[in-house]
Amino acid sequence: MNDFIGTGTLMRLALRRDRVLIPVWIVVFVMMASGSAKASIDLYPDVQGRIEAARTSNASPALVSLYGRIFDESSLGELSLFKLTAFGALLVGLLAAMLVVRHTRTEEESGRLELLSAGVLGRYAALTAALIVSSGTVVLLGLLTALTLIGTGLPATGSFAFGLMWAAAGLAFAGVGALTAQITEGARAANGFSAVVLGVSYVLRAVGDSSSDGSSQWVSWLSPIGWSQQVRAYAGDRFVVVLIPLAFMALTVAGAMALIRRRDVGAGLVRPRPGPATASPSLRSPVALAWRLHRGSLYGWGFAFLLLGLLVGNIASNVDGFVSSDSAKEMVEKLGGVNGITDAFLSTEMGVMGLLATAYGIQAALRLRSEETALRAEPLLATDVTRGRWLGSHVLMVLFGTGVLILIAGLGSGISSGVSLGTMGRQVPRMLAAAAVQLPAIWLVTALVVILFGFAPRLVTGGWVLYGVFLLIGQFGAIFNLPQSVMNLSPYGHTPRLPGGDFSVMPVMWLTAIAAALTIAGVTTFRRRDIG
Amino acid sequence: MTSAIVVSGLHKSYGSTHALDGLDLDVATGEVHGFLGPNGAGKSTTIRVLLGLLRGDAGDVSLLGGDPWHDAAKLHRRLAYVPGDVNLWPNLTGGEVIDLLGRLRGGLDEKKRDNLLRRFDLDPTKKGRTYSKGNRQKVALVAALASDVELLILDEPTSGLDPLMEEVFRQCIEEERQRDRTVLLSSHILSEVEALCDRISIIRRGKVVETGTLSDLRHLTRTSIQAELAGSPNGLAQLPGIHALDVEGNRVRCEVDTAQLDAVMRQLSASGIKSLVAQPPTLEELFLRHYEDDVTAAEPVAAGR
Repeated sequence: MNDFIGTGTLMRLALRRDRVLIPVWIVVFVMMASGSAKASIDLYPDVQGRIEAARTSNASPALVSLYGRIFDESSLGELSLFKLTAFGALLVGLLAAMLVVRHTRTEEESGRLELLSAGVLGRYAALTAALIVSSGTVVLLGLLTALTLIGTGLPATGSFAFGLMWAAAGLAFAGVGALTAQITEGARAANGFSAVVLGVSYVLRAVGDSSSDGSSQWVSWLSPIGWSQQVRAYAGDRFVVVLIPLAFMALTVAGAMALIRRRDVGAGLVRPRPGPATASPSLRSPVALAWRLHRGSLYGWGFAFLLLGLLVGNIASNVDGFVSSDSAKEMVEKLGGVNGITDAFLSTEMGVMGLLATAYGIQAALRLRSEETALRAEPLLATDVTRGRWLGSHVLMVLFGTGVLILIAGLGSGISSGVSLGTMGRQVPRMLAAAAVQLPAIWLVTALVVILFGFAPRLVTGGWVLYGVFLLIGQFGAIFNLPQSVMNLSPYGHTPRLPGGDFSVMPVMWLTAIAAALTIAGVTTFRRRDIG
Repeated sequence: MTSAIVVSGLHKSYGSTHALDGLDLDVATGEVHGFLGPNGAGKSTTIRVLLGLLRGDAGDVSLLGGDPWHDAAKLHRRLAYVPGDVNLWPNLTGGEVIDLLGRLRGGLDEKKRDNLLRRFDLDPTKKGRTYSKGNRQKVALVAALASDVELLILDEPTSGLDPLMEEVFRQCIEEERQRDRTVLLSSHILSEVEALCDRISIIRRGKVVETGTLSDLRHLTRTSIQAELAGSPNGLAQLPGIHALDVEGNRVRCEVDTAQLDAVMRQLSASGIKSLVAQPPTLEELFLRHYEDDVTAAEPVAAGR
């Protein structure tokens, strides 16, 4: 038991540090679930309406690949919450993995863990404490979600299944976080690996769920998010499926512990190699440095965006397969025929790509603050580099990186949908245009981070909060019947819906102008404030 | 003699803490100036104002004849800075950081760079995250010393170095002095400042309380004397500037204000000196004299940054 000594102390330390973060996350999730449930219960009072809505959703490849299938078309609970099943599992998984990395590798990288390790501390104490905190958080989150859902009038068994399924996703990804935290010496890379596993899980289940003839449905079973969906809350409540993520967690944690036993404190599985003794001739400007700092993560994201783009384009060409039932055919006619529904799917997916690219942009823009607080901006600003140039170098990487990502996604989806539809020459430029129109909204959100950085650097992570608000407005605004004036607050709502929709210049111009003005204001305020 | 740095009446507060409270500082061109004070006295804050990273609330600051806030980048071409806390980019090697910082300052001397790497025994191929604190400090020092600049601003540059490397550092600063470069060396290590600096400013709670050459400052302190005399001493107690007098037969111990040393020695030799030990005042004493109220009162001092 000596290997675990000190776990309790570290656990209390972690809880003390996260005493705001964890409750806020829990409340956000609980409110998201109960809000969605309440709104849907009012929206679909009778079985007939529910069945119709569920069939429409199941007939839409966009919705199925994004949210998954509705297994029981008459189930009120499932219809109310299917948008939060896979999507919510993704977010709970993200929370759980980040919590584990935050209390293991981040602490180790900063050297704080070493300080504690010199005291009486077993080698597994940090990981165990992080896992307990993370698991406890997701279990509590699931339990409170279930109770609140029962409170809205949904069946108790289904509600517990729903809460459990969220918690199970969290537990599986807490295990993923435990593993990725062992790989490298850097916490940033550990979080990156976790995010990649999350992304792959989401895509795998999208592939399986949207398999039109059912032949590749098994792919969903390769994904921890897929396992959560297969619990089928309110549609059979298959509690036993939860054993899979639990076994997965046990395996990953055992793997992480085996790795810990083999490595030194502070070291990773991947040993750092020596690098060049002199800098290459091109490393002579803030922009060159910024490129060095951003490129690794951009390569990873770029690869993911290419895959996503190809995948989306491929799904788009299978739309016919979804249109089997008569009622679905009727729906398709209403939506403007097969071409219309393909375009609607592609434009929805491109909007999601825009949201994902924004996440990259926010994270890249936040580097400004982390460079400043880590005292790495100071030596640069003590050279011939003006504040404007330094800030500009990172902003340039944000603009460039988000632009590259979204265009890669556009190109990928254009090629794969063009190939299978046989309209390559037409589809590629259409999809590139659909990608490009996402940029003004993306840049507006990253510009908000820049102005926060200049004006209120301590609140800079508020960029994520604003992003979350815009996301919720976009995803749930219609369900909650928000007034149009509130809906208009989200920049994404003003993006032209391409391909297929009308393109109007004005909103794009406005978004770009506001983004530019905010960025300039950010630079100006940054030049006037103290560094540090 | 012109001044590389002139600061007068500088104030800077963070919320309710006054980090700098009317600080005056004058660093002459070509001198090595020691900036001495305990942790949290305001040394780093002063340096950050000098670099234009912070903006003073009140007072005048002139650096190399310019305003560090408005002409920051222009002035920075002529100076090199070693921060007290050196943090490197985790995925850049030490060599890359040295080259980058040198280039951003307008070029560095390749030969000197290699020479310094050898003297500081620094491996430039390691990645930033794998360096120890001392080695990170060496990276910043090599980058600064290899740059062709007029002014070096060093904020506690030896705090992570071992004694061997501290010696190398001292030699390097000595060489800089020969080249007539101006150095502002902030430190809380008295022996280092004593060995290196032409002039010293002592900072306490955001104010410079003492400034001058080491010998100027010595005038403000006492020399301790132990003597064995041929006859019994007399008249010593009446002399001005004598303290802690302890006479035991023919043996005398006392502390003498350095300004009164001559008079005391005459009085002693009047009785015939058989043996004499005179200890010059150390910077330690000087320092302690200014800080012992702080220590005894145990008041919290203003935060350093």
